[in-house]
Amino acid sequence: MSAPLTLGAARPVRLSAVNPVAQLTAIVVVTVVLLVSGGLVTPLLVLAAELTLLPAAGLTSPADVLRRTWPLLLSAASVAWVNVAFGAGTGGDPWLGGLALAVRVVALALPGLLLAVSTDPVRLADALTVHWRVSTRFAYGALAALRLVPLLAAEFETIRLARRARGVDAGRNPVAAVRLAAGTGFTLLVGAVRRGSRLATAMDARGFGSGLARSNARGSRLRAADAWFVAASVAVCTVALTVGVLTGSWHVVFAG
Amino acid sequence: MADPAVRPSAGTRWRTVDIVVTAVLGVALGVVFWAWSLLSNALTPAFAGFPPSQAVLYGVWLIAAVVAPLVVRKPGAALFAELIGATVEALLGSHFGTLVILYGLLQGAAAEVAFALFRYRRFGWLQALLAGALSGVAAAVLDFLNYYPDWTAGWKTTYLLLVVASTTVIAGAGGMLLTRALAASGALSSFGAAGRTRV
Amino acid sequence: MAGPAAVRLTGWGFRYATRKAWAARDVDLRVGPGERVLLTGASGAGKSTLLRALGGLLPLETGDAEGELTVTGSSGTGIVFQDPDAQLVMSRAGDDVAFGLENTGTPPAQIWPAVDAALAAVGFPYGRDRPTAALSGGQKQRLVLAGALAGGPGLLLLDEPTAQLDPPGGDLVRQAVVSALADRRATLVVVDHDVAAWLPLVDRVVELLPGGGTVEHPPGWRPVPLRLPVRRPARADGPPLVTAVAAGFTHRGSTSPALAPVDVVLPAGRTLAVTGPNGTGKSTLALLLAGLRAPTTGRVVAGPALTAGLRRPDREPARWRAAELVTRIGTVFQDPEHQFLTGRVRDELSLGPLRAGSGDADARRRAEELMDRLGLAALAEANPFTLSGGQQRRLSVATALATRPSVLVLDEPTFGQDRETWAELVALLAEQQDDDRALCLVTHDPVVVAALADDELALGAPVGAR
Repeated sequence: MSAPLTLGAARPVRLSAVNPVAQLTAIVVVTVVLLVSGGLVTPLLVLAAELTLLPAAGLTSPADVLRRTWPLLLSAASVAWVNVAFGAGTGGDPWLGGLALAVRVVALALPGLLLAVSTDPVRLADALTVHWRVSTRFAYGALAALRLVPLLAAEFETIRLARRARGVDAGRNPVAAVRLAAGTGFTLLVGAVRRGSRLATAMDARGFGSGLARSNARGSRLRAADAWFVAASVAVCTVALTVGVLTGSWHVVFAG
Repeated sequence: MADPAVRPSAGTRWRTVDIVVTAVLGVALGVVFWAWSLLSNALTPAFAGFPPSQAVLYGVWLIAAVVAPLVVRKPGAALFAELIGATVEALLGSHFGTLVILYGLLQGAAAEVAFALFRYRRFGWLQALLAGALSGVAAAVLDFLNYYPDWTAGWKTTYLLLVVASTTVIAGAGGMLLTRALAASGALSSFGAAGRTRV
Repeated sequence: MAGPAAVRLTGWGFRYATRKAWAARDVDLRVGPGERVLLTGASGAGKSTLLRALGGLLPLETGDAEGELTVTGSSGTGIVFQDPDAQLVMSRAGDDVAFGLENTGTPPAQIWPAVDAALAAVGFPYGRDRPTAALSGGQKQRLVLAGALAGGPGLLLLDEPTAQLDPPGGDLVRQAVVSALADRRATLVVVDHDVAAWLPLVDRVVELLPGGGTVEHPPGWRPVPLRLPVRRPARADGPPLVTAVAAGFTHRGSTSPALAPVDVVLPAGRTLAVTGPNGTGKSTLALLLAGLRAPTTGRVVAGPALTAGLRRPDREPARWRAAELVTRIGTVFQDPEHQFLTGRVRDELSLGPLRAGSGDADARRRAEELMDRLGLAALAEANPFTLSGGQQRRLSVATALATRPSVLVLDEPTFGQDRETWAELVALLAEQQDDDRALCLVTHDPVVVAALADDELALGAPVGAR
């Protein structure tokens, strides 16, 4: 698998300076605007603004960008193609409609990707609990579970080999391959649930379920830059909407 | 002599083990969601003849919304597990992007309805199948808004039926069987789902 | 802060809500402030249950308690369990130590000095920002210990803290415990299978008896030495079954090899022990010899005695079909659960023979025979995942034996096992040395090497015959 099975930033990048809740707010703004926006111009402008943030997220070389975005690009292409080939159409050029949908899919997905590559999950949990009063038990409980992902990835390979040692392989049979993957996944899940239960006991032993008000050693601060970041996202969306409407490209999606 | 009555796990309060295991289920299934998304992309050409038929793959993405409530039996389990699963999928680089988190939330909320109707007291086949079906409806409606606004009513109806069939069978029935298999492996000994009888 | 805790149990017992049998019963135990006590006892005697009770981790809904249990003078309890990966919560070392302090609402200004003090107390050699994923097992467990100590507990409980570590890792943890408790600021109760290693560090040894009750061992007590099987004469001229020629392995995308090129021969009728520190590629070598992975440099070839009957005898073992592999080379992984495929012990044992092409009746007979021999007959219908650690280990060895392979590769077969299971396993493996079978044991355990090995390959050091 060439996709990165690591979560969060390996090292801080410039975008990491923006507080995760500010990034989330911007994501909500962009998502809401794009969800109701049809036509090519508005998503295209939003996408252009998002692309300018790639270097700040540490994605400078085209290879880096491609490594992170290939599943997304593939999907955008398939959405476009499905609409070109099969869209029943509300009039207009099917190619243009397909392109608009593809651009919209990428523009919707990219902000989340930027958050993922620039944000340490610990900082995200800190920010959510400090600023948005998300329950500390749920936030840090989820964080503890997230830490198991790299362990699961390593274990998957071991289990696969262990099955071959038992005389079980799929050969070239795709049905057997799916069954094998499902069995491997089940073994993985049993191990993960067991480990999760033990982890919960260890957390309780350290006072996690004590019911006392939790303090935060790292803290999470909102700065002026965070407000500017959100303001910029609102400005980009406003401009994109205005231009879209003025050029006659924009229409409400929900109206079909 | 009859077994002494077993105390139920303390009502609707989430214990740490409930939170962590729900999150673990979300995380583990999130990785599966991510892999399934890649697979479904790769399979797109196979469904090219009639795109709505791709809906049969849908059930896998909704399994967390059924399994988590069946395991921990707490209000909000479906929502929490789907939210975590969707977040992991988004963080790993799903083509659905952050939108997937919105999907997770709505699918989870729809599944919650199935269990809430029975006041979170019954966790059997009926609730599992209903949770699968309802979350499928939520997912299909979101798809119409996001991806297929231009489809005809006929296609939309077909798609909806296929999605609901898939989620009822794969997420609903499959989720129930998965929970039972987990219980048989002894992994759920901290939960009521394992059948709290003395052995 | 209050000083070290005193523990007092009188006629104490506990029964889990899901079990009919009592997990612990008739326990009488007194531990004075600052004392260090080692708890021993066979598996299932209730050692872990007792530690959980002392740590306040058995809330009412978990089951029924009887008798009296009091912990006095304690300013909190710290617990360390077996698996470091099931205890670390945060991704950076300092954050993880801070986790417990945050939970009790310690003001942030006081947290970091306490974190630094705890890291220093256990001798943690890295900074606060060290990613926990980059630590060895021993260092992870040191970090867990720092987290348990950070709140200044009056009672420290250790539940098999070294069971999942190699010997150097176990030493790291014991050193850390000794240095952190040098001033006796906390009372210590430790449960560990490696009794001998802890004896010099504790004041008293108390044994929990399986049927209930306790025995205090006198000062100077030593565990009864383990009975080792009689060594059989090794065959000198056995034909080579598997040969590795300058075989090495490098993970895709990695620059440093997981295993530096090495020459190994597994001849019929001999047992090779692969030893050496962690990180030298012992487990990787086992996978290559077992035909589960292909080497990235060099070759692994099977001798004619092993390739007889193969469709393509010229191929390397890593390219054999799984059904062909399983009758020739059997592998036992470190974690038995990774190898379980079915929901019943009986099915687990007949699976290999069925995959290899045996008929139903034959496979069933083989399963019955193995269950009888390995004392698993009473568990025939049980789910393999629900067995105890020792039973799982025996079952995983049995599944490898079910197809009568001529080569048996075992990765840390005695790892983390208690004394009884250890002795059972060594006896079982000694039995497998007959029939001209070649054995390859990856192990950290010098007693296993002494008891079973004819040859030893110490990775990171030149090859030598024993």
